[in-house]
Amino acid sequence: MASETSGEAVGMPQLDFSTFPNQIFWLVVSLVVVYFIVSKVILPRIGGVLEERHSVISDYISQAADFKKQAEQAEADYEAALAQARGEAQAIAAETKAEIQVELNKAVAKADAEIAAKTAESEKAIAVVRESAVENVREVALATTAGIVAALMPSVSDDAAVKKAVTARMKG
Amino acid sequence: MAAEEHAEGATLNIHPMDQFQIHSLFGDGPVHWYTPTNVTLWLFIAVAAIVLLMVIATRGRNVVPSRGQSVAEMIYSFVRGMIVDITGEGGLKYFPYIMTLFLLILFTNVLGLLPYSFTVTSHIAVTGVLAMAVFTAVTLLGFIKNGTKFLKIFWISEAPLVLRPILAIIEIISYFVRPVSHSIRLAGNMMAGHAVIKVFAGFAAVLAAGTPLGVGLVAPIVAIMAVYGLELLVVVIQAYVFTILTCVYLNDALHPGH
Repeated sequence: MASETSGEAVGMPQLDFSTFPNQIFWLVVSLVVVYFIVSKVILPRIGGVLEERHSVISDYISQAADFKKQAEQAEADYEAALAQARGEAQAIAAETKAEIQVELNKAVAKADAEIAAKTAESEKAIAVVRESAVENVREVALATTAGIVAALMPSVSDDAAVKKAVTARMKG
Repeated sequence: MAAEEHAEGATLNIHPMDQFQIHSLFGDGPVHWYTPTNVTLWLFIAVAAIVLLMVIATRGRNVVPSRGQSVAEMIYSFVRGMIVDITGEGGLKYFPYIMTLFLLILFTNVLGLLPYSFTVTSHIAVTGVLAMAVFTAVTLLGFIKNGTKFLKIFWISEAPLVLRPILAIIEIISYFVRPVSHSIRLAGNMMAGHAVIKVFAGFAAVLAAGTPLGVGLVAPIVAIMAVYGLELLVVVIQAYVFTILTCVYLNDALHPGH
């Protein structure tokens, strides 16, 4: 390679040792500058940003967990309120039913009493009617018997005996 | 590359290595150690780009990041994750220097892909200093942290006893080759890709003149596009490789038992 001398480059410029001090000097200068910038500015800044982002995200996650807990709490409260309302409604229904039952019982008792009174009255009326009917039958029987006896055996007509016989017969 | 230069003739006048030349920015004087050169310029542009992305784009410190800030955060998390994965939490003490290495290599690599730019990391003087710094620091750190126990990395206690001296020699050689491979891998990758692009560009010039209506131009341009895409990948991967190897070496110094 080094034998080629035409053109501007003499062999490999990489092997031209006369430029080495220059390259090394400027490389070291750049390295020091970049090292300074990296260690003083770049790493603290980006490290800080990443850390902050991490903490912001975990904050949001814990906030979300809080909200979820609140939502669950609200649901539980709602369920509890619903159950209470249902219980109250049932209690009111039972109470109302009991009141109605009491009034119903009262009404039934009154009605029963009235019915009993009417029945007693009717029975009394029936007894009166029956008694008068028996009396009528006895009179008819007496008259009929007396007639039959007078017609069949006029000689032995005796009102007292007839009366006595008819009464005995009716009792039997 | 030697082949290309031998192939130079009257029509093929390609200088793929010109782009790596170092020259003074002001005037044509000799390059002293303090002379501002194109190395200085592109290193400073890289530093400016680092400041732009990592400092100015993150100045809002937003919890919901802007586009620039999220790129900066991605680089931060990427390098930090790499250190923690390889060396454990103990390696985070060296996070600033590893981040410095990664940013400077990444930005000089990527900026080197701009047309007419200069790739600082294509020079072994630069990558050699970076690798030797890592090598020296890691070796010193190994002895400071572990004393003579650091030598255990050469003595493979899992291997059968007879093999251990042989393995130790191999391990010692490979240990001292580390800075060489570490630096040449980066410089070689940068140099080769850029030189290839330049060679294709030379072909394009020749074919444009030598074919009717310059239609021959299409093939080299397509080739340049393909190589350029590959190079975009390579420059990022090489920055990553340099950094991850630094972490691996650091891990040896922190935990020589493994």
